[in-house]
Amino acid sequence: MSEIALEFDRIWKKFKRGEIYDSLRDLIPAVTKGVFSNDDRELHEREFWALRDVSFQVRRGEAFAIIGANGAGKSTTLKLLSRILRPTRGRITAHGRLSALIEVGAGFHLDLTGRENVYLNGCILGMKRQEIARKFDEIVEFAGMAEFIDTPVKRYSSGMYARLGFAVAAHVDPEILLIDEVLSVGDMQFQEKCLDRMRQVVKNGTTVIFVSHNLQAVQMLCSRTLCLKGGTVARIGPTAEVLNEYLCIPSASAGAFPTLIEDISLRGEDGPLKVNFATGEKAQLHLTIHPSEELEDCQLGLLVHRATDGLAVCDYNLPLSEVAPFTPFTSATSLLVHLSMNLLRGAYVVSVHIYHVPTARYIARAYRAVNFFVEETISWQGVAHLAPTVSRVLDDCHFAMSPVMKG
Amino acid sequence: MSDATPTLAESLKEVVHYRDLLYMLTWRDIKARYKQSMMGFFWALLMPLLIVGAGVLVRIVFLMSSGNHINFLDLASIALKSLPWAFFVSAIKFATNSLVGNVNLVTKIYFPREVLPLAAVLASLFDTAIASSLIIILLVFGKVGVTIHLLWAPVILGLIILFTAALALFLSCANLFFRDVKYLVDILLTFGIFFTPVFYEARTMGKWAPLLLLNPLGSLLEALNTTIIRHQGPSLPWLAYAASCAILGLFAAWRIFDRAEASFAESI
Repeated sequence: MSEIALEFDRIWKKFKRGEIYDSLRDLIPAVTKGVFSNDDRELHEREFWALRDVSFQVRRGEAFAIIGANGAGKSTTLKLLSRILRPTRGRITAHGRLSALIEVGAGFHLDLTGRENVYLNGCILGMKRQEIARKFDEIVEFAGMAEFIDTPVKRYSSGMYARLGFAVAAHVDPEILLIDEVLSVGDMQFQEKCLDRMRQVVKNGTTVIFVSHNLQAVQMLCSRTLCLKGGTVARIGPTAEVLNEYLCIPSASAGAFPTLIEDISLRGEDGPLKVNFATGEKAQLHLTIHPSEELEDCQLGLLVHRATDGLAVCDYNLPLSEVAPFTPFTSATSLLVHLSMNLLRGAYVVSVHIYHVPTARYIARAYRAVNFFVEETISWQGVAHLAPTVSRVLDDCHFAMSPVMKG
Repeated sequence: MSDATPTLAESLKEVVHYRDLLYMLTWRDIKARYKQSMMGFFWALLMPLLIVGAGVLVRIVFLMSSGNHINFLDLASIALKSLPWAFFVSAIKFATNSLVGNVNLVTKIYFPREVLPLAAVLASLFDTAIASSLIIILLVFGKVGVTIHLLWAPVILGLIILFTAALALFLSCANLFFRDVKYLVDILLTFGIFFTPVFYEARTMGKWAPLLLLNPLGSLLEALNTTIIRHQGPSLPWLAYAASCAILGLFAAWRIFDRAEASFAESI
């Protein structure tokens, strides 16, 4: 067995915009045009490249993520990998049994019961009937719907439908697993379960290719990441680096200010670049200021937002002039902001700015400059870490203050 | 995994590998067809019975005009040939729509697409098997008799299935690219029964008989009638012709299907 599980070698994929002739009447003019015009352009009318010269390799047992904005070519890549589409140019090589989860519950037949669909869907995903029979109870338990398993799936809620679909898919056990954005089904609890299952799959040594907008999940599952942009490879490398770069889209307004804030980075207490922090961990924010004017009476603004929903976590104004006197003649000055990450699990983004108090204007601004993730297992949801502890009250008089009043 | 069209052997191996899926899809087609219907599997009998009824009626009208009465062998012959015809019609109709009717599968999940039209053919075969039990009872109680020529029957039935599968593969794939195919197939199947020796025998056409036998299904039905009802060996040249049509046709259709498969997901 080779070390490489999947190889994408200089892949190009062409698509056509608009309608392709769908009836014979449309075909006739199309064919005559093809015969009589000697047309060897690379791209014909309405055609476009969805992928251009994309290459990457995935090693055996590796968890590999593909990220990018909508239309960057993620799903096309996944469909090419799973052989639903064939490349216009280039070669794809896969070593091992491959299974793709492009959509949960695709292939469910509405009139059939849950039980019947588990078998049907399992076979569609490449399982044998015996294998499904063996795993049947496990699948139903995973979906948590034993009591509805003999009801036709057309009576299911969309959540139940998706849960059953994922449960089947999660039990396929291929050597290479391709997953497209399927984790976004069900409630919080079920999503946690899905992530756990994925972690387990990765741990078992399955090669996993994960396409998602859920950067938190990408971060947790995958060691390497490919970032696509407009159908080409924007960056490929260790997940933390790629995510950091992907999330740090330089702000358009940054250029509007003569004073620059540059080299913004988050580091651990001991110095190296860091993206993942534990709750309560100490961190350092490094930044370098290139002043273009005298920065007297200025404040350093520090904002943190939760990346997933934009919730403002904090907004500090730190006195700047006391730290170092800036003049236009000062060369670049580096600053250090010490932080305690009293945050709960999530993806966060840091923005900084310099605010001139007397004139009430921004002198420099770096919007969404750096990202970080907080990992923890102590809370269910939320943002702030209040460090709760429980202890027993021994003093009798405290009972009088109990909020529980009866009678 | 290569980007080129797989060879016929590779493609066949892939379908064999996915035989459980073929089984499940066939089962789904059978099961889903009769879900939430009161008559259930009795529907499988209705269409062959209607065809037999129509055939017998036409035959009676013809015979009455010439002053004869219908005998049992005429009836048995019509019933015998109607059944494979009913299978052919339902399988082709079903299969033509099998790829387009499963857009979700074709664009979302990989598996050898051949299983979709093949499952449609197998599901129709199952229906026909139910109806055949009636025919067998008819032939046994009618004392049609058993001869050595009956051994041809499985071969002929096998060829009918292969020929149907060949057309099913080709038409399902053609319909994916051009929806006209579905309408064309509907029309041809409706009137096809007049151009195929189902209600009559080809030899009644005299010197024009070969024209009817050029239709492979025509020569196969004729052979079925000759061996089972008339206790004679089939016309070997015509059987060989039909056999090569069925087998070469299947190879060709499979190949065309494989070629076209590469662009199924983006053309559907």
